[in-house]
Amino acid sequence: MTGKVVLGIESSCDETGVGLVRVDNSGAVELLADEVASSVELHARYGGVVPEVASRAHLEAMVPTMHRALRTADLRLADVDAIAVTCGPGLAGALLVGVSAAKAYAAALDVPLYGVNHLAGHVAADTLEHGPLPKPCLALLVSGGHSQLLRVDELASKITEIGSTIDDAAGEAYDKVARLLDLPYPGGPPIDKAAREGDPRAIAFPRGMTGPRDAKFDFSFSGLKTAVARWVEARERSGEAVPVADVAASFQEAVADVLTAKAVRAAEELGIGTLVISGGVAANSRLSALAAERCAAAGIQLRVPRPRLCTDNGAMIAAVGAHLLLAGSAPSSLELSANPALPVHTISV
Amino acid sequence: MLVLALDTATPAVTAGVVTLDDEGPRLLAERVTVDAKAHGELLTPHLRDALAEAGAGMGDVDAIVCGVGPGPFTGLRAGMVTAAALADALEVPAYPVCSLDAIAADVPGEAPLLVVTDARRREVYWASYLAGNRVEGPRVQRPAELLAELGSVTRVAGGGVSLCEFPAAVEVVGTAQPSPVGLVRAAGSPVLEGAAPAPLTPLYLRRPDAVEPGARKRVSQA
Repeated sequence: MTGKVVLGIESSCDETGVGLVRVDNSGAVELLADEVASSVELHARYGGVVPEVASRAHLEAMVPTMHRALRTADLRLADVDAIAVTCGPGLAGALLVGVSAAKAYAAALDVPLYGVNHLAGHVAADTLEHGPLPKPCLALLVSGGHSQLLRVDELASKITEIGSTIDDAAGEAYDKVARLLDLPYPGGPPIDKAAREGDPRAIAFPRGMTGPRDAKFDFSFSGLKTAVARWVEARERSGEAVPVADVAASFQEAVADVLTAKAVRAAEELGIGTLVISGGVAANSRLSALAAERCAAAGIQLRVPRPRLCTDNGAMIAAVGAHLLLAGSAPSSLELSANPALPVHTISV
Repeated sequence: MLVLALDTATPAVTAGVVTLDDEGPRLLAERVTVDAKAHGELLTPHLRDALAEAGAGMGDVDAIVCGVGPGPFTGLRAGMVTAAALADALEVPAYPVCSLDAIAADVPGEAPLLVVTDARRREVYWASYLAGNRVEGPRVQRPAELLAELGSVTRVAGGGVSLCEFPAAVEVVGTAQPSPVGLVRAAGSPVLEGAAPAPLTPLYLRRPDAVEPGARKRVSQA
């Protein structure tokens, strides 16, 4: 068997992920295992991720998830040639569990350790499904914690932020609007489902950061969330039933409209021919449909990994590790520590 | 046998290499840094460096002993997941030890002993011992409540002692944090016997700070 096996560990939020990939000298990265233990159900009653609850769950899940990944790949720890771990950005206490585990495994197995950026992982996720990325490409990362437009020149060494949210992440807005509509947490799937029965043009919710003086590639979802709340409250005051499907569809349309319009505009202005959309919100049906429509119209190639790879996982971190290995990047020291505010241009530490 | 001992339940990042035989545990090398923010960063390098000083490598380790608290949340988990991962990768058992027991194990004598560590938020973790055996605790309490409840105390140990206003007659003994030898001693005979270890379960003693949301806040004026 040729190639090197890279183990990836992810613990930046509420998913404990362990993934395994094999990379050969041609640069092909093969997915061998992708196991995730989620604590999302523990957070549901709080309406958001509780850091201490997430950190406790990571500690419990780490070794069992490791074993599941090794079983899936039919490998032993002794087969692992390098370890990559998310060292930021994310929740400090949650990151600490993954980083500490990765350091211990790396020291015990005497293999190189790479502390990597979670956001680079979301970009790398697409390489596991669609192969190497064209250089450069544009990435739209949308999740419960992040909303960013990135220019990716080299996955292992050069990622530049083009724009980001100035307040809430897109997924956060979904969670808050779901709560307004008495839909469950996390809000993405139930809003997506409700929206299918609704009219996306029923209510004209505002498109944040689209004025002539606004930063053209930044996002804002806080005002949208407040506009939805005001609209729902006005309905409730008047004693009328809230048309959940129409509100969900109109809200979702506003989110998808802004995200895709800005992404396509960025690709056009920067002369980039490929757009990758990743992160948990990439699984949203309206976002992917509108992105496909607008990318086709603009002649931009659209790549969206399957939903399982869009959400947080260890395989995407292993994929970053594989690219670092291929690029001959220097491994991290065993003094590696978590950095909750790791900037996106720092791909490895 | 060669035992790797570690604890992150106190502000100290404690790593040591201990040799254990019928005569009891003996320290070969240790690395200890007192910095409550450095558990994640320093623990694995400390373990590596202590092993190197002991003239050993990871492959020579026969067992791991890990303090499982009580400790204030985040740092505690750095030690516990390190112990779990090392045990998994090296295919050796990892034995859990109450970190207060490890402090008590370093204190000679049969007289009653109270071990107190800092739980932050103006509280302390504590346990009481008689003839080396834990008779009460571990618990988490405000120092004043602990003093009122305990009545007579003659000997105290642990880094939380300075947080309690003990009477002048109380004798301060032992160390502020668990030592590698104390950890191995507290783990007891199962280590030498190679018995199956108990699960590595953290002693948090507190529930997570999380409140379920109440009625949602309105954004518009009623």
